[in-house]
Amino acid sequence: MTLILNEEELMLKSSAKEFLKEKSPVSLLRKLRDTQDDVGYDTNLWRGMAEIGWASLTIPEKYGGLGFGYVGLGQVLEESGRTLTASPLVATSLLCTTALQIGGCEKHKKSLFKDIILANATYAFANEELQHHNPDHIETTAEKIDDHYVITGNKTFVLDGHVATHFIVSAKLQGEVHLFLVNAVASGIHKERVIMMDSRNSADIQFKQCPALDILSGGATTFHKTLDIGRIGLSAEMLGCTLEAFERTLAYIKERKQFGVAIGSFQALQHRTAKMFCEIELLKSIVLKALQAIDEGDEPLALWASMAKAKAGETIKLVTSEAIQMYGGIGMTDDEEIGFFIKRARVAQVFLGDYNFHLDRYAHLHGY
Amino acid sequence: MEAETVTNLELFRKETRAWLIENCPKSMREPIVDLSEVYWGGRNPSFQSKDQQVWYERMLAKKWIAPHWPKQYGGGGLSLKAYKIIEEEMVHLNCRKPLFSFGISMLGPALLEFATEIQKLHYLSEIIKGKVRWCQGYSEPNAGSDLAGLQTKAEDMGDHYLVNGSKVWTSYGDQADWIFTLVRTDFNAKKQKGISFLLIDMATQGVSTRPIKLISGKSPFTETFFNQVKVPKSQLIGDLNKGWTIAKYLLTHERQMIGSMAGHQRKLSDIAKEQVGLKEGILNDTILRIEVARNEMADHLFELTVTRAVDEAKAGHHSGAVSSMFKYYGTEINIQRQEINMALRGSSGLEWEHERSANGFEARTFLRSKGNSIEGGTHEVQLNIIAKKILNLPS
Repeated sequence: MTLILNEEELMLKSSAKEFLKEKSPVSLLRKLRDTQDDVGYDTNLWRGMAEIGWASLTIPEKYGGLGFGYVGLGQVLEESGRTLTASPLVATSLLCTTALQIGGCEKHKKSLFKDIILANATYAFANEELQHHNPDHIETTAEKIDDHYVITGNKTFVLDGHVATHFIVSAKLQGEVHLFLVNAVASGIHKERVIMMDSRNSADIQFKQCPALDILSGGATTFHKTLDIGRIGLSAEMLGCTLEAFERTLAYIKERKQFGVAIGSFQALQHRTAKMFCEIELLKSIVLKALQAIDEGDEPLALWASMAKAKAGETIKLVTSEAIQMYGGIGMTDDEEIGFFIKRARVAQVFLGDYNFHLDRYAHLHGY
Repeated sequence: MEAETVTNLELFRKETRAWLIENCPKSMREPIVDLSEVYWGGRNPSFQSKDQQVWYERMLAKKWIAPHWPKQYGGGGLSLKAYKIIEEEMVHLNCRKPLFSFGISMLGPALLEFATEIQKLHYLSEIIKGKVRWCQGYSEPNAGSDLAGLQTKAEDMGDHYLVNGSKVWTSYGDQADWIFTLVRTDFNAKKQKGISFLLIDMATQGVSTRPIKLISGKSPFTETFFNQVKVPKSQLIGDLNKGWTIAKYLLTHERQMIGSMAGHQRKLSDIAKEQVGLKEGILNDTILRIEVARNEMADHLFELTVTRAVDEAKAGHHSGAVSSMFKYYGTEINIQRQEINMALRGSSGLEWEHERSANGFEARTFLRSKGNSIEGGTHEVQLNIIAKKILNLPS
């Protein structure tokens, strides 16, 4: 397996770039924010994305999907990171479609995937319970009553939680973690929308004796694998966001004149820019390698996932902070779009484990 | 090899591994502690052991001293992919290089690109046969980062060049047989324009060297002096006054080499476990644990990036300036690694002269690493190149 994209993947990437540039520039996110949109993403845009197959990239062909794999989804995520596109791509396509694919039964896959593909259903992954990502800390419980399960517990930082038609919920059944499929209109659910710094959707969700539609198979294995795939996909989005912030900054320091010259001619900025370039090159390598590892079944996926998410977190933080510094005062204004990048950067950095979490995990995985 | 299908390459990998296991003597699969232990060839070659000789001769017969060079010059004629497989398998099995040679790693690539057919046939086959030990003469006392400011001159005397001047930081200059060097041949042209690439036999009258003692206490470098040295014109490589092009090409190779040197060392986390121990499965120093993890991860990501660059180059995307990134980043990882290694070892890492610490091996290696961000173009020069050549930032 070579560390380059094949023809098909390159084509998908370039069509994604074109599509998003036209239909979803950063100004769309600004509009969603300023109009306090109820949904938090453009539903027409999502239908358009689904029509060209983006909701079905990783769904196998036998369920009507494209079977394109995660390298493909990663390219779309990367491009959506460049335009800061808010959409169900992360919660529905990346996290929940993955969980269903790994742990769903045949019957569910047939019907549920059909609705996802047609953009008739959206999903939210209800997992976090504390302000710090900690997959070992789950207090939400599931209980088997007759032939079904009921869920009780409080979840936070649930992406698209206030608008999704379904939830995938992590909960403990007799002390073991499992994922459960829950209909969002089921009884015992209380939702509260919480808008985050990046203007994207999040919600606190309370489940009180809420009946689940089903339990996903594979228990903790399905749960952790879903998280790892989510981390890798998110790293791809963060790579796109980093690249765009970097390229915008580069263009800016070539244009902006002080003391009669472009500020990009100053060595103080050149060396920092060159260092950022190196960090981004490393990030590109691990993102592609990790995406390939999902498709190839390369183990341990946990290692690739933690390397990708740690590097993405470290690099996006560096590049978006430097972007503001190099833009100077204008970078602090809401009129300038670069501020949207640091806001998305910080939320993405924390979601599914920040740099510290994954560096610690990397050390654990290596036996120290 | 036939058509390079994935299956063929996998088969080639299996065969390579089997052959190496069969043919590489056991002592040639032990880690190298000091570069004085390895075989460098040269006019007065000395094998340190029978195993070393056997290993070199088997690899020579197999045509794997330079597996990727064309067959007519003594190479193996293999593709880059096959060459990489051999390298990977050798690293995997800890096989030492049978011949350490700046001729292979630095001069050879330039000869392949710029030399005449006659020069190639002569010099390349000598390199593979290990008959000549080469060194590099680039830097001068007043031309370091500003390499193009070099002053060593070669005057056209009709049937030969007359060379006068001095070079500095010549690696193993006192042990080398020949030197490939940059000399000024046009004294009126602007800097880069008047430089030529010349090969000089160190045994010629007027060539002398003086070792430079480093802060590590070792002397891997010399100053090299040229006093009225007569050099035949047939030893000019490429066109007169076009040596800068060759120098740049070679520096690219040198940077890649320095940048990727860090790869074959003992795992830092293994050293950490040994030096500070584990407590409930976690390194017994939480601050160093983070530093070790950062460094190991960076090293891992760096290797992936080297692989990606090779794959991209094979697919036809190549950027020379990327070598500056590898030089900068690869050496930075090693410099940090040496710092962490010293922190892990405490006072035992500071021992300078005692048998139990191999006469200060750790301390000397640490000090030597400080040169990594200077030699082959300083960190600052590499960052300038990235800023200007890749990012197109203005002057």
